Amino acid sequence: MKFAVIVFPGSNCDRDMYHAAKDALGAEAELVWYQDAALEGYDAILIPGGFSYGDYLRCGAIASTSDIVTSLRREAEKGTPILGVCNGFQILLESGLLPGALIRNKNLKFICHFEELIVNNNETLFTTDYEKDEVIAIPVAHGEGNYYCDDATLNDLIEHNQIVFTYKNNPNGSVADIAGIVNKQGNVLGMMPHPERAAEKLLGSDDGLKMFTSMLKNWRDQYATNA
Amino acid sequence: MTKVSIHVTLKEGVLDPQGKAIENSLHTLGYEGVHDVRVGKLIEMFIDHEDVEAQVNVMCEKLLANPVIENFTYEIEEGVAQ
Repeated sequence: MKFAVIVFPGSNCDRDMYHAAKDALGAEAELVWYQDAALEGYDAILIPGGFSYGDYLRCGAIASTSDIVTSLRREAEKGTPILGVCNGFQILLESGLLPGALIRNKNLKFICHFEELIVNNNETLFTTDYEKDEVIAIPVAHGEGNYYCDDATLNDLIEHNQIVFTYKNNPNGSVADIAGIVNKQGNVLGMMPHPERAAEKLLGSDDGLKMFTSMLKNWRDQYATNA
Repeated sequence: MTKVSIHVTLKEGVLDPQGKAIENSLHTLGYEGVHDVRVGKLIEMFIDHEDVEAQVNVMCEKLLANPVIENFTYEIEEGVAQ
């Protein structure tokens, strides 16, 4: 299985994401500079955290207008798994690939610590290795991770079981304690917490690794079906 | 030259913690009567094009404002020296 890790000017979790896919999981992975807009030939696409374009205008807004996002949209439609973490989540929202927006944390602080997440939906291709309602420890590191959407969108998310992760102790003011959501098709997941920073015991938790093993397992199942 | 001033503001009901912090500071300075402080953005630009209004609308919808959380208004001034 081959992962692409998209690198924007200002991405800073790209190496961690690459390390998680390549070394912690043991799959193939490549760093893809945003100007090399080709995303064909990868089995999954990872959009890392950081501060693309210095968070100018709004977090993720400038990145969402780049050519690589056009390729990303194409891959999303094709069903390629896409995982956006932190700034990657912000880019997915700004691109309209996921509904809602992320605004400034309620307490205005940049928060950087482990949070307990509840696996609300373990039926996505990113979360099958977790138990339903399993509590996992994953670090957050953001100033604008306060998920916002209107009531109609929230009802829609609940109705289609799109809320994948919720915070046990909401640290940022997110609507309905939302930490991560998936699109209706089930192949685009965005989340504020960083599973790639919890992919090895050495890092204090390897609870994030199961996201990568889930993706690998589901890719293998699909590959076996199509072979 | 045509000058455009675009105001981007948070929609009603969207939490503005920055506005809240400013409000608290103003209270500390003794401006007790101040309430509902909201922070927005002013984006100014010059445009050399005929169809300025249509362009500005699309720019705002596509990039300058996020329709999920923000509203926008703009003023167009013709014949402004840069």
